Amino acid sequence: MKQLVEIIQNHFPINDIDLRKKSLAFISIHQNQAIPLLEWLKTTHGYTAFVLLTAVDWIEENRFQLTYLISNPENFTELGVRVFIDREKAEMVSAHHLWKSIWVYQRELKEMFGINFPDSPRVNESFILEGWDTIPPYRRDFDTKQYSEETYFPRPGRSTNDPAKHMKSKLYPKD
Amino acid sequence: MKKDFDKDALSDMYKDKFLAPENEIRFVNAPDGSIIEVNPLDDYFCQERPKELKPRKGVVEKFLNWARAESLWVLGFGTGCGSIEIPPLSTPRFDMYRFGVQMRATPRQSNVFIISGYLSVKTLKRAIRSYEQMPSPKYIIALGSCTINGGMYWDSYNTINRLDHYLPVDVYIAGCMPRPEALLAGFGKLKELIKEGKAEKANEYIQNLDWYKANQKKIIKDWNMPDYNW
Amino acid sequence: MDYSLSRFLYTLLGLFIVMNWGMLMSSTMRRIIARVSGRIGIPWYQPWIDLIKLYSLRSQITHGTMFYLGPVFRLMGGVGLFLFMPMIYGSAYFMNYSFSGDLILILYFQFFGMLGMALGAGEGGQPYSAIGISRGLSQFTTIEVPMTLAVISLAIQYDTLSITEIVKAQQGSIANWTLFTNPFATIAAMLSLLGAFGHSPFNLVKAPNEIPIGPPTEYHGTFLGVLRTNGAILHVTEAALFMNLFFGGATSWLELILKTFVIYFWSVFVGVVFPRFRIEQSVRWFLKWPTLIGIISILIWM
Repeated sequence: MKQLVEIIQNHFPINDIDLRKKSLAFISIHQNQAIPLLEWLKTTHGYTAFVLLTAVDWIEENRFQLTYLISNPENFTELGVRVFIDREKAEMVSAHHLWKSIWVYQRELKEMFGINFPDSPRVNESFILEGWDTIPPYRRDFDTKQYSEETYFPRPGRSTNDPAKHMKSKLYPKD
Repeated sequence: MKKDFDKDALSDMYKDKFLAPENEIRFVNAPDGSIIEVNPLDDYFCQERPKELKPRKGVVEKFLNWARAESLWVLGFGTGCGSIEIPPLSTPRFDMYRFGVQMRATPRQSNVFIISGYLSVKTLKRAIRSYEQMPSPKYIIALGSCTINGGMYWDSYNTINRLDHYLPVDVYIAGCMPRPEALLAGFGKLKELIKEGKAEKANEYIQNLDWYKANQKKIIKDWNMPDYNW
Repeated sequence: MDYSLSRFLYTLLGLFIVMNWGMLMSSTMRRIIARVSGRIGIPWYQPWIDLIKLYSLRSQITHGTMFYLGPVFRLMGGVGLFLFMPMIYGSAYFMNYSFSGDLILILYFQFFGMLGMALGAGEGGQPYSAIGISRGLSQFTTIEVPMTLAVISLAIQYDTLSITEIVKAQQGSIANWTLFTNPFATIAAMLSLLGAFGHSPFNLVKAPNEIPIGPPTEYHGTFLGVLRTNGAILHVTEAALFMNLFFGGATSWLELILKTFVIYFWSVFVGVVFPRFRIEQSVRWFLKWPTLIGIISILIWM
């Protein structure tokens, strides 16, 4: 992996190199360079298999992190390409021309995080949530408990027991 | 038993914000040159309001109820994780066929709807459609604690908490998950109710149709179907 | 022919017996299938309870006139088959309305109910019904090929198209049965019977779990009750047809019950052993071995 990352460094401006083990590494790259990098890795370095595309909401830093995980089926190595995009203007170039299956992930991210992928097929159709009209539910400023209580008629009289506290009071009542 | 609800909020809710393009009103040129207005929801679906179907009286109804109780046809629609508890019922260990319980593949031929576990809003829409297509008298068995108070998904943004606000429930089976034995016990309880003539929830649903519809339309914003799916 | 009232009433009595025996037979077969898989199975009276329940449902919907007529045509196919079938040979009461050319009419009635059902289920608008219908009609066309070849062979052998005459020629001893005098025709017909009863290798019309239940997907309540009543009549009457043609007919109800049970059991026996065919496999199978054996059975008698 180290060699590969060095080769990438010669061609692309990457930062935050994170070598996890022999077969897994993560690199970060600027938004504009990500798709050319993926295409270059796919065509010249055998990273032909797309594993997943996922997002993390860093609300404190006001940005989303997208992770493209791609895999090389010949030497069984996996490379994660991280991209940070602005939270206010959440938009990313679609990669469905590289891997056909990626449009499903992009459609899901559009619905769950509100990250737009212009020109991705069927990206504006609803995926799991039909007719969702508030902020996307996976954004961290969405309060799922409050939404559930307002929407779904909670049954009164529900009490919760934290298992750790309950077992502590049961096993060590003196403490 | 009539349920109270806010009628003013209803008319606003009945407007479909997410009307699908195929359900929009459109104009079509007829072969003779005239222009016809097509409103798919009115023209392709039956918009009639269901009527309450009263049970017969006396011994006849008792006999029919006995037949209904001994011949429960279950709709093969697994809505949540609890649907994994239904297939074992047809294995030698549990063998539901002994009790007159059989699986049917289509809502038109089934009488019992097992809501097996949590219901997401998307599934709830399909469950309502299937339930309304079943011929009356029809019964609902709610399986697992998710249908009672939300269970472990009580604070989820996408699963309902109380099933009885959306569909009328005859028998609840508590547990997470209840085992197939509990399901068989639930069938036994349902049989008792039917034989006593107490399982008339299908009529209750029609009596309180407005209340149920208001609750359903509050969360299913992408309605796109007639008010009652015949 | 005798068209008196008593004749008519006796035919109705026969229909009643046949219907109830058909329901008992179907529940017995389902119990046998259950025992094969280690279960206890449904109670023997379950078909009657199901029927009462189906007729007592409160709400029913319709899709149009043909939707009503579909089950009626299907029932007419079953009852028509029964009307022209001599059930008990030598009985003055249960010969029904059989006449000298009834074999041709019965071959036609086998198809009749199917076509009516196709029209009715088509109006239901359910896509799975359409798939079931197209499968059913294409499969039944190929089932008819070996069946018709066997019947032609029988017509050449006995020089008649009357079922009563064919049964009459088989009386005397077991050695006179068509099973022994014309084994090739019997084999061809018994193989086509597997498809006609629609048990496992050839159950792709209803195909549970695959296309939910095929043509009757939209049918419920009374419609389904009529279809089930017809199913009971049709199974016994078709088994009786094979009994009359190949196994010496029946001279009493007990003999009829025994023979139809064994004939129906043959298709169930094959059904519990073999999994379902696909439609192209099924069509090819019927056009291969059963048809070949049917042609041989004709060539022998030329």
